[in-house]
Amino acid sequence: MGHQEIKFYQTGTFTVGNRLLPPEQRSVQSDIERTNSLNSGHRACQGCGEALGARYAIDAAMRATNNQLVAVNATGCLEVFSTPYPETSWQIPWIHSLFGNAAAVATGVAAANKVKALKAGKALPETRVIAQGGDGGTTDIGFGCLSGMFERNDDVLYICYDNQAYMNTGVQRSSATPPAARTATTMPVGEHPGNEWGQGKNVPLIAMAHGIPYVATASVSDLRDLEYKVKKAMSMRGARYIHIFVPCPLGWGSASHDTIKLARLAKETGLFPVFEAEYGEVTNVSKIRQKQPVEEYLRLQRRFAHLFGKKPRLDEIERFQHMADQNIRKFGLLGDDKATVGYYGAEHE
Amino acid sequence: MLKQCEGSHAVAEAVALSRPEVICAYPISPQTHIVEGLGEMVKKGDIKDCEYINVESEFAAMSVAIGSSAAGARTYTATASQGLLFMVEAVYNASGLGLPIVMTVANRAIGAPINIWNDHSDSMSQRDCGWIQIFAETNQEAADLHIQAFKLAEELSLPVMVCMDGFILTHAYERVDMPTQEQVDAFLPPYSPRQILDPAAPVSIGAMVGPEAFSEVRYLAHAKQMQALELIPKISAQFKEIFGRDSGGLVRPYMLEDAETVVIALGSVLGTIKDTIDEMRADGISIGVLGINSFRPFPVSAIRRSLSHAKRIIVLEKSLAVGIGGIVATDVRMALDGLDKRIYTVVAGLGGRNITRSSLHRVFRLAMHDQLEALHFLDLEWSIVNKELDRERTTRRSGPIAENILRDLGQAKSNVG
Repeated sequence: MGHQEIKFYQTGTFTVGNRLLPPEQRSVQSDIERTNSLNSGHRACQGCGEALGARYAIDAAMRATNNQLVAVNATGCLEVFSTPYPETSWQIPWIHSLFGNAAAVATGVAAANKVKALKAGKALPETRVIAQGGDGGTTDIGFGCLSGMFERNDDVLYICYDNQAYMNTGVQRSSATPPAARTATTMPVGEHPGNEWGQGKNVPLIAMAHGIPYVATASVSDLRDLEYKVKKAMSMRGARYIHIFVPCPLGWGSASHDTIKLARLAKETGLFPVFEAEYGEVTNVSKIRQKQPVEEYLRLQRRFAHLFGKKPRLDEIERFQHMADQNIRKFGLLGDDKATVGYYGAEHE
Repeated sequence: MLKQCEGSHAVAEAVALSRPEVICAYPISPQTHIVEGLGEMVKKGDIKDCEYINVESEFAAMSVAIGSSAAGARTYTATASQGLLFMVEAVYNASGLGLPIVMTVANRAIGAPINIWNDHSDSMSQRDCGWIQIFAETNQEAADLHIQAFKLAEELSLPVMVCMDGFILTHAYERVDMPTQEQVDAFLPPYSPRQILDPAAPVSIGAMVGPEAFSEVRYLAHAKQMQALELIPKISAQFKEIFGRDSGGLVRPYMLEDAETVVIALGSVLGTIKDTIDEMRADGISIGVLGINSFRPFPVSAIRRSLSHAKRIIVLEKSLAVGIGGIVATDVRMALDGLDKRIYTVVAGLGGRNITRSSLHRVFRLAMHDQLEALHFLDLEWSIVNKELDRERTTRRSGPIAENILRDLGQAKSNVG
């Protein structure tokens, strides 16, 4: 079947069908070649964004490495729901060590692979390694090891599945939790309900500041883009980082069937900029197709319900809108705008 | 080949001869010279096919080691003191996963107050972490034990800590007989892992284990250490066959057969103790020493056997279990359960305080006459201690203890001057 040249999105819908894409861009969800590295039968919640993101990311990495892949997992939902004793969903060599050391363990795996390649007379190892963790394991407790791995430019792709809080322990605030969000440690009470404003860290930008070969953000609302980025990352050597936006129905108080919708709205509002960067410079941004007001995104989540009660917090909603608009300006997310962030002067290799 | 070299360099060479494949390095005194030596050897190409990684912390050092060991590489790192404490979570993880990593601990005190000098507080804090812990008495033994440690670790698939006294051994220049590569290759085969992250045969390592299996997994960790009780003497014997000298083993007796009084100790202080015992023997005193080489597993039977004729035991240890007294002494009591023997604990050498022959003469003789208290702090300056206790009784905001004591000591010294 032939295909027509299209802009990435058709008008009138947020999605694009597989059949409209050239074969190399199509999703391989039902392909018999698919490795199902994270196999079905695991115990993730219904509508889990992390399970979806991991399934697509790892299968894409498997394809890109000719199935010569090792995965290192930080403690967290993904680790727990995939390996309830005596079962495992992992069809690839997989190791879980601790909450805060996935990046370092992956460095060790990469080093061992390199030595084995050297001993076999090869310049580069065929077996590659990815490390993965949630936002807590990445932006908080695992951040030291992550930065060390970046700085040494170790041959590791680190994937952060960002669901914006510690979900496995019962929805506590992390440094990736958005302002005003209700978590178990930032309750919606008092004068400033929910998480504080003016806190948190942007790990994709911090990753870029290390000058590493590749940094990208991606979202489960655009799985082809996610697969493309993983494939691209695996075509490179050195430290690489992909930060994937993965809604969490449990922690966000959203409907399971809204996971993709929320991920899409996060991008279309500008709250979650989707971009790529190489050696510290933004090289590509996914443009907003149809800009949405932040209320559309916030309203679907009970963690923001206190902003919409009998006395709506228009001031806080306005701050979110300001945040989204700032992202749009910074990353040039609309029309032909250019990104104005991420020029750190790192040298290209 | 005989060499006059620093203890750290002897260890670095022994590790190099063991053909390590991944080395993680993070600086902390007094182990730093070991990883510095190894770094230079890797960079010069003297160690072939080896990745040397400058990590950002000890926690990362052990974590990288976990990854490389699980991916099938012979892995080494070294640490001490605060560094060992900083990596503790990963230390337990390495043994829990059964990964045969070898690590030198250049024994050093733990702060606060910060102190860089030698005692055994660091490795003793990890006595229950599931690693095998062996102690070196001399630089020769430190070098030899590292070669044995790789074999022991890999046969059992358990990590091994080689403990050597910081500065006293690591920084001392002594004669060391360095083995040849041929000898080491004949002794230590290439690493053949029990478990490996291999795309050709995928396994999950580190899965969640609940109450249905956790006890069994933990029991097997204990069972492996019990296997080590048999394996350690065997490896020591094999070592002797190839290298021609005694190194390692579970315990090391000296002048023990007829000894009424037996001193138990670990590490380099055994040398001073032996000298003291020689002098006391010359005076006709019935005294001997039992060095403990393997602290984990603790050689209960070997110790019980060795002490069957002893009337009294003095456990001299460079560590303190705050709130009870001795760490080693508690284990020795366990080994002697049901036997009628006096056991004295002497806490000595904390934070690098010298353990002198004259002090040893004094406490050993007190013990012989059963005049030593059950828990004795060797050469403790009571006037300073009492002054601070008095200050705390009389002043609510008495201030930081360590700094008060330093000030009191300074005044005491200037009064003398």
